[in-house]
Amino acid sequence: MLKTFSLGGIHPEENKFSAGKKIEVLPIPTQVSVPIAQHIGAPSTPVVERGDSVKVGQIIAKSSGFVSANIHSPVSGKVFKIDKVLDASGYKQMSIIIKVDGDEWEESIDRSTSLNREITLSAEEIVKKTGEAGIVGLGGATFPSHVKLSVPPGKTCDILILNGVECEPYLTSDHQLMMEKGEEILVGTQILMKALKVDKAIIGIENNKKDAIEHMTKLAEQYKGITIQALKVQYPQGGEKQLIDACIGREVPSGKLPIEVGAVVQNVGTTFAVYEAIQKNKPLFERVVTVTGKSVKNPGNFMTRVGTPVKDLIEAAGGIPENTGKVIGGGPMMGKALASADVPVTKGSSGILLMPDELSTRGKTESCIRCSKCVSVCPMGLLPYLLMTLSQKAIWERSEEERVMDCIECGSCSYTCPSNRPLLDYIRLSKGTVGQIMRSRNK
Amino acid sequence: MNVVLITIITLSALGALAAIILYFVAQKFKVFEDPRIDQVEEVLPAANCGGCGFPGCRAFAEALVKSDDITNLNCPVGGADTMQAAAKIVGKEVGTAAPMVAVVRCNGSCENRPRTNSYDGAENCTIAATLYGGETGCTYGCLGLGECVDACNFDAMYMNEKTGLPVVIEDNCVACGACVEACPKDIMQLRNIGPKSRRIFVSCVNEDKGGPAKKACSVACIGCGKCEKVCAFDAIVIKNNLAYIDYEKCKLCRKCVTVCPTNAIHEINFPVRKPKPPVEKKLVGKVEEGTVKTPTPKPATELKAESPKPAAKVEKAETSVKKDRVVEKKDDSTPEKKDKPESK
Amino acid sequence: MSTLTISPSPHVHSGDSVKKNMYGVIIALIPALAVSLWVFGLGALIVTVTAIAASVLFEYLIEKYLLKVPSTITDGSAVITGLLLAFNMPSNLPVWIIIIGALVAIGVGKMSFGGLGNNPFNPALVGRVFLLISFPVQMTSWPLPMQNTTAYLDATTGATPLGIVKEGLANGTSLSELMNQVPSFVDMLVGKMGGSSGEVAAIALLIGLAYMLIRKIITWHIPVSVLGTMAIFAGILSYSNPEAFAGPAFHLLTGGALLGAIFMATDYVTSPMTNKGMIIFGVGIGVITILIRVFGAYPEGMSFAILIMNAFVPLIDRYVKPKRFGEKVK
Repeated sequence: MLKTFSLGGIHPEENKFSAGKKIEVLPIPTQVSVPIAQHIGAPSTPVVERGDSVKVGQIIAKSSGFVSANIHSPVSGKVFKIDKVLDASGYKQMSIIIKVDGDEWEESIDRSTSLNREITLSAEEIVKKTGEAGIVGLGGATFPSHVKLSVPPGKTCDILILNGVECEPYLTSDHQLMMEKGEEILVGTQILMKALKVDKAIIGIENNKKDAIEHMTKLAEQYKGITIQALKVQYPQGGEKQLIDACIGREVPSGKLPIEVGAVVQNVGTTFAVYEAIQKNKPLFERVVTVTGKSVKNPGNFMTRVGTPVKDLIEAAGGIPENTGKVIGGGPMMGKALASADVPVTKGSSGILLMPDELSTRGKTESCIRCSKCVSVCPMGLLPYLLMTLSQKAIWERSEEERVMDCIECGSCSYTCPSNRPLLDYIRLSKGTVGQIMRSRNK
Repeated sequence: MNVVLITIITLSALGALAAIILYFVAQKFKVFEDPRIDQVEEVLPAANCGGCGFPGCRAFAEALVKSDDITNLNCPVGGADTMQAAAKIVGKEVGTAAPMVAVVRCNGSCENRPRTNSYDGAENCTIAATLYGGETGCTYGCLGLGECVDACNFDAMYMNEKTGLPVVIEDNCVACGACVEACPKDIMQLRNIGPKSRRIFVSCVNEDKGGPAKKACSVACIGCGKCEKVCAFDAIVIKNNLAYIDYEKCKLCRKCVTVCPTNAIHEINFPVRKPKPPVEKKLVGKVEEGTVKTPTPKPATELKAESPKPAAKVEKAETSVKKDRVVEKKDDSTPEKKDKPESK
Repeated sequence: MSTLTISPSPHVHSGDSVKKNMYGVIIALIPALAVSLWVFGLGALIVTVTAIAASVLFEYLIEKYLLKVPSTITDGSAVITGLLLAFNMPSNLPVWIIIIGALVAIGVGKMSFGGLGNNPFNPALVGRVFLLISFPVQMTSWPLPMQNTTAYLDATTGATPLGIVKEGLANGTSLSELMNQVPSFVDMLVGKMGGSSGEVAAIALLIGLAYMLIRKIITWHIPVSVLGTMAIFAGILSYSNPEAFAGPAFHLLTGGALLGAIFMATDYVTSPMTNKGMIIFGVGIGVITILIRVFGAYPEGMSFAILIMNAFVPLIDRYVKPKRFGEKVK
């Protein structure tokens, strides 16, 4: 029996159309728009001005706090303007718009593809450099990585867990990255292990990626302390808490971070970015993005510069199909519907999913028949039906008692509800309000 | 006979015993409460709307009795009369708060604001607002899901199905502020009712620069500053590409209304203009033509949107017989409310 | 490409629907219906058709003229209520009584609370218990199996196994003697015994259970806990005095034990939301059923047991919470 997490979970149709498609390098667009808020935490502060010339990899916005991240220019050219532009958040955000001119990189970046196994930097230097390179969690949460690597005083970390689960249906970017850059990911793992001062690392991979499990297991033989853990296919295994539970059987207590149980989780994509930052001196300005969907002509995985308009990516995958009713940034379970195909790719874009018209709208909401399916699929052991009702009636104290803040917004409840009730919509509303109440109480 | 007697005696004894116990328990656990709290609560409207900033009328009554200075406390629902009555009971001075009314600061109806997306989620403005900016190019304006209407406890709001915007029924509005609280986009605002219920406000909250704002919505404030310049009382400030009229400074001269190139400034309950200014206005606000019948006689948008005979009603509003208007508005609102449950 | 739709995640759905679940239950009831027609013949057909038609009709009328809401008769829940109501009645019940039962079931049991999803008690059982108390004679005259293929109101009647045992024990007959009077266990399995029209065929009901478990319409918790509790409780009683108390197999196969445990207690709306809650609910039903059967006035107690436990569901839901993630003590 393969390992998996202990509570709930669902198994949606996988639809991994782009599996096994080689990572293609997407041509550089003529203009990029780089939002200054691409991560969780404070937005960065622009350090370039209109008219400035920038090179690939040059810092264009500086981190403005501990939980924040640097942003580097993904292209070379001139800063056209700094203005509010619609991005994946659905709102207009301050963005640095750069007109592309050539492809001139910063000299310090090592552009060779040779593998560099030797780790020369010390733990502190690695953390510092990760922060400088603007690396954030590439799984979609975009939490600045150097924050995760700085173990708070009094806490100890004894294991590093790498997330190669890719439990979202459709998406294949991590899968393909493991197939093509496996060795780099393993060196990256060692870098992270050194930074965290641990001697054990587990890479969790779901069993629908048998080739990746086999490939990584073979490669990992040469690296001490790294094991590959095959996991049963179950959504939301990629959730930090679920992955820790699945791999090592520890449950992160309510309201606490994984470090509480001595674990740090990083995505394999992030690990690859760390490798490039430390060994090749290359900051984070490009990433692998899956473009997929039931009616997409050539679903595939593309190495894409941050700031590239989503429509360029769709063009590369064979153009936008006639019947597209929804464009999703990310996977179908947790991704965000985009208001327009002009929004830019950001550090957190793991995929672009095009939904045909008939799959774009929700079914009619009916009354709750108390079938308890939402309760049985909730990976956090919550009562979604109750949380929704409490949210509708604005009973926030009780929502807090019912641990609404534990919700990881995986969407399993809404997915499974036979009455098509917008459970997660209301739970999110409740989380927002309860979170506010809790913060004001702590003040 | 004996049985009856015994029964009566036993029951009486039991009753007396219970009464004695109750009496002592009541004495023991007696909580002293100022009787004036009950009296004050009596005169309050018992709407428990929270418009005063306290959780319910009783809490407000307590505050009125307990605090020394009550000049800052006000019950917007009851208004001055209620506050005077309450002040009499507690023997303190009350302040005079000008009566307020809620206004909708968005005129982005379906015609004025072309749709770019369609929303398909829970019917709740806050949920939609956390997701994205809205179904149109304007990320500031009304989302049209009616959370303000749901929040209103006084039947003072309804959604106009034609425009997709909420409408305030002024005579029902008690300015409790529930809609202001509910709106995630900060579109609802409480403003001074003004003399003869006349007031002027900017019906837009879009902070985008002129170009994008205008592109997204034909009646958006583009922050051009014309109104600011024309205002003789310094009542208008432009901040973040958006004009704001301070109702305390505004003298209702209506110059700003005429100069606004996008008709973003609304005037309410004013008599119809003399022929000349409207002509001028029409020239400037050409874009508006043929859209809604709003611009000039402003009462139309707020009160008469549903009216079958707009012309006749405008005249009535002009003469402004208050009783008349109440009746009219009831006519307006009732069919609307009947519609609501079916449409949901 | 038209205007893009924006909605909060998730953007995919399992495709499950209320209808699918309801029709799944109806399919699961078909084997039992078939046996019922085979055992009780024409009477069973008339009772079933009347009950379903009346239930659906009342739901339609109440929604259209009283509540003025969109009709929900196509979701299948009224059909289930009608079918279960029919299964809980003797097959020689006059049509007018059935119609009253359906009116009470749908009108009082379901619609008065606001329709599907809001009723605290199982509607079919509300109808059944109402009839049982109002028309005790008609509701407890049981047509004999295999003898009334073409008879309806004039069916030859007899007692149910539970009735025989209850009566016999009260008259001082020994249990071993009584066991010779009731049908054999094999007959009970295939449905050759007196009883309500749908409750007699153990095998058919178990097939229905298997179907619902495979389709994941219900989980095992309620049926297993109800039947398990009944078996254990009856087993203890029977072990303590084999001459006074019937054994577990007899209790499980007779009366409405299986029908109740599989189809009535598992009703979504009136059962608890958590697995732990479901087990408590099931154990409660099992205990109360045996208590009524052995010590109570009625020979059969399933319906009452389920209704009593239905009343506890809000309480169970309030205090029995699922295991929360992160509560494991390491």
